[in-house]
Amino acid sequence: MSKPNRFIPYLREDRLPHIFCLGCGNGSIMNAFLAGMEKAEMDFENIAMVSGIGCSSRIPGYVKCDSLHSTHGRALSFATGLKVSNPDLDVVVFTGDGDCASIGGNHLIHAARRNINLTVICINNNIYGMTGGQISPTSPKGSFGTTAPYGTEDNPFNLAELVATAGATYSARWTTSHIENVVTSIKTALKNPGFSFVEVVSQCPTYYGRKNKLRTPTAMAVTLKVNSVLKSKAQNMSPKALEGKIVVGEFANKSKAEFTDNIEKLVQAKSGGKKVINSAFEAEL
Amino acid sequence: MAEELFIQGNEACAKGALKAGCRFFAGYPITPSTEVAESLARELPKVGGAFVQMEDEIASAGAIIGGSWGGSKSMTATSGPGFSLMQENIGYAFISETPIVIVNVQRGSPSTGQPTMTSQSDMMQARWGSHGDYEPIVLSPSSVQELFDFTIRAFNLAEEFRTPVFIMTDEVIGHMREKIIIDDDKIEIVPRKRPEDKENYLPFKNVENGTNPMPSFGDGFNVHVTGLTHDERGYPDTNNPKTHTDFIERLCNKIINNKGKICSVKSKYCDDADIIVISYGSPVRSVGTAVEQAREEGLKAGYIKIDTPWPFPDKEVKELTKNTKSVLVAEMNLGQMFYEIDRVVDVECSLIGKIGGELHKPSEILSKIEELGGK
Repeated sequence: MSKPNRFIPYLREDRLPHIFCLGCGNGSIMNAFLAGMEKAEMDFENIAMVSGIGCSSRIPGYVKCDSLHSTHGRALSFATGLKVSNPDLDVVVFTGDGDCASIGGNHLIHAARRNINLTVICINNNIYGMTGGQISPTSPKGSFGTTAPYGTEDNPFNLAELVATAGATYSARWTTSHIENVVTSIKTALKNPGFSFVEVVSQCPTYYGRKNKLRTPTAMAVTLKVNSVLKSKAQNMSPKALEGKIVVGEFANKSKAEFTDNIEKLVQAKSGGKKVINSAFEAEL
Repeated sequence: MAEELFIQGNEACAKGALKAGCRFFAGYPITPSTEVAESLARELPKVGGAFVQMEDEIASAGAIIGGSWGGSKSMTATSGPGFSLMQENIGYAFISETPIVIVNVQRGSPSTGQPTMTSQSDMMQARWGSHGDYEPIVLSPSSVQELFDFTIRAFNLAEEFRTPVFIMTDEVIGHMREKIIIDDDKIEIVPRKRPEDKENYLPFKNVENGTNPMPSFGDGFNVHVTGLTHDERGYPDTNNPKTHTDFIERLCNKIINNKGKICSVKSKYCDDADIIVISYGSPVRSVGTAVEQAREEGLKAGYIKIDTPWPFPDKEVKELTKNTKSVLVAEMNLGQMFYEIDRVVDVECSLIGKIGGELHKPSEILSKIEELGGK
């Protein structure tokens, strides 16, 4: 019998087994998150999770913390309200490529622009898994999905770079074949006092794999690994040589004034006191 | 101590929100509601609250739901186009039982319509705008004072029933300036109730009167909040017909079974009236004048003012109209609450609907009273 997973105490055991398919990358990324959280020495009791809709957005439902499984694409707006309402919370957002790059694209760039202290883990499997394999805004050109039976001609978003350009102070991309790097980036993201984005390119053997001749989880993982190029190396490669490659590494790691700190400073200047937390429970203010 | 002010409706709304304990506002600029956001952007930092201008109204509605679970009484204000965008997250607020207040300062519509002109054409959207079965609480003020008072009541009802509450006002009330009196001794505030037992707390349990206490995120209750059909723990249970039926019926019944506490109507001259004019929001002002003029002419006219269009006050309207010969509905659309009133009253029901962006003139209503009242 195998040893019980050491992260079980962080989970809602009464909700297991989870709904993820065999070979899905969500489990390893969840594992990497909990490992990164421990490495960052975060207070688990102080973590609140927010997600949108899709496979990756189901993760917070399995973690034993306050969690807001919100509407499709809108996780970052819910998270913004939660963080502004109670800036003491460490707010973590789980999202996917359809959720945050398509329907929630506007919220993504605005949250990055504000540099609000949220840690966003985007599981990018290049496809809509929950609805059965439609192409997403990150599906590589030429890839197949149920809504691209002849291969998509759309240009994919480069998410980690988009978010960095929009103003995030931390942005990184890895794949499920770089779990140690994912753990380190999640640790850095959790400790960064600003908008942090960790994109993890992941395998969906059930839909992406089946539609793109990569039926087994192993075939997908190997493909992710061999197609990855470190950002430092990619800088010296031609666009032609980079076609079909996944550039991995850090796209932003800097410091800048943070959104809720700015609100706190304004409150201090205008009221002489601190921002009131949990005021809804007070009969008199 | 009572304070007298001469202010704009939208400013009164902001003042009411602050008085009620609102400490988070997220919004997006839109005519004719923008002054609510502008006032709160100025005032919230002074009382330890926060204002955020979001990227759109979808995000505004999402942010106030997050803000509410973060422990702040939260509000947004908008007008028709923004209200349309908010509908998705409004459904989420209902299913997740999140107290929030949404103000809609109605303008001419559909679409971009008449941004600076008044209207009451979103009344059915307030009732049915988001997909699914739900029971909204809607308040419609007829004066600047009422916009202040109803805003406080909206926050109290939101907390009492753990539900979204809408203030469906209109451009006339939002932009009008009137005297209001703020008397702190008469203002009652309903604070949120925090659950006590961390081990056994069930956030979505069916409790007496249908309303369960609610913790904040960070209080240690480890609540899972989802828009999926869920059990009393908050865990998704989407394929069980009984779970869904019991759950949605509970959400609706917590409002329906408390209509006595929620519904409010005012009336005048209804006892002996041959014709009763029913209205809500700003048209009440013209209706009141027209009915007084009709009485001076010797016509037996009366009126009912509905403070709470939803849940519809059937019992009150039925009772007040039981002896009359006819009912006239005045509203600034081509017939929305009219159909609800027609369903409830036993006598002939007519509509004086007005669109175009101007309030009914008392003379227009008086002519209709004369026509229907048999002069």
